[in-house]
Amino acid sequence: MKSLAAKRHPLSAAARQVQLLEDPVHDLPGFRETLERHGIRTLRSTALGTLQVNIGKMCNQTCVHCHVDAGPDRKERMDRPTMEACLQAIDAHQIGIVDITGGAPEMHPDFRWFVAEVRKRGARIIVRCNLTIIVSNKKYRDLPEFYRSQGVEVVCSLPFYTAGRTDRQRGDGVFERSIEALRLLNAVGYGTGDSDKVLNMVYNPAGAFLPGSQSDLEQQFKKALLKDHGISFDALFAITNLPISRFLEQLQKSGNYEEYMEKLVNAFNPVTVEGLMCRTMVSVGHDGMLYDCDFNQMLEMPLSAGMPRHIADLPNASVIGRNIVTGRHCYGCTAGAGSSCGGATT
Amino acid sequence: MENNYYDPADLKKFGKITEYQKELGDKYFSYYNDVFKEGALTAREKALIALAVSHTVQCPYCIDAYTVDTLEKGCSEEQMMEAVHVAAAIRSGASLVHSVQMMNKVKALTHG
Repeated sequence: MKSLAAKRHPLSAAARQVQLLEDPVHDLPGFRETLERHGIRTLRSTALGTLQVNIGKMCNQTCVHCHVDAGPDRKERMDRPTMEACLQAIDAHQIGIVDITGGAPEMHPDFRWFVAEVRKRGARIIVRCNLTIIVSNKKYRDLPEFYRSQGVEVVCSLPFYTAGRTDRQRGDGVFERSIEALRLLNAVGYGTGDSDKVLNMVYNPAGAFLPGSQSDLEQQFKKALLKDHGISFDALFAITNLPISRFLEQLQKSGNYEEYMEKLVNAFNPVTVEGLMCRTMVSVGHDGMLYDCDFNQMLEMPLSAGMPRHIADLPNASVIGRNIVTGRHCYGCTAGAGSSCGGATT
Repeated sequence: MENNYYDPADLKKFGKITEYQKELGDKYFSYYNDVFKEGALTAREKALIALAVSHTVQCPYCIDAYTVDTLEKGCSEEQMMEAVHVAAAIRSGASLVHSVQMMNKVKALTHG
């Protein structure tokens, strides 16, 4: 499967996605309007605890739901000076958590250098790993050992605990290869309750429905993966699919777009607003541009007016207290128990 | 009026049944919500039972609603289909067990 960009699909353009999401023809309230209706007049950042760095769009998989439109045909990647600028920002703001994502971030030739540099700074390092990258090529098979040596917290993704549903979302054979990778991670001590070798798992629904209770899903995943495959992990993060990029295209193609958006809007939970991840993070694109979150990054909605545009400008800027840039896609993070890169927010 | 008996959009209007009888409608929804709360059975177990019963009563609205609900609650396709087979087994068993009556009658009539 090719990325939307490679297919020159209209929805590969961020502006077209925003246009569709904000189209008044869909009888949906604006996100700001909903916040105001619940007495929330402003949505501001409260801290800079996490720098999420998207180091490139290249991936060994082409998942049907991918909000990054990542894939083997995406060549965009962060250059070394931009990575160095990230390190300067981490130093300047004493950022405690660095969340490295992609694509498959491990495919970036400077990935290991960047992780080691972040480690020198004492920040907690999260790597978002698609699992199959570990077994995709001999040169990646030592990744579990590399993660262990650098104290990396691995957040892996597995859409479901059965092969059928996983492979429908991620491609044939992905479940089996993911299981193999999980075994390699378990073998070096990941996911066995050791706080230095944390293995968390991301679950996102394989279709146009919302995730259920995170704790219930965690129990089911743990039980099934242990019983069927002898695999363990630490925590499960249930993440709602946001209507962006390939998932948006899927929603449109399957005729589920309006129903899904209505579902997100109707599930709006004001309690989730306090814990929204955009309030404590800044997201950096491969080109160094800054955003409130990874989703805004994909929609090319930069930080609000007056804020720095590029990571090189972050060290000398204050971004705490800034207004968060929102749109209808934000309903994905406020539905039900809330959703973030760390799972439910309530 | 739609020119068909079932319209998927009608499921969203379910709450409007209170329009013609508010008190009973409200009581029903209050009861319904309580039934599906976590109790001696988990919410997930209840959703699977509801999915099976939906097939027994052959309610397309219920089938749509509890297919989504069981998916959201992390049920696999195999679990969902097994639940429907439980409903089918009871339903077919209910027919077959009545054949004892038929056999009784045959024997009574034929002295057999």
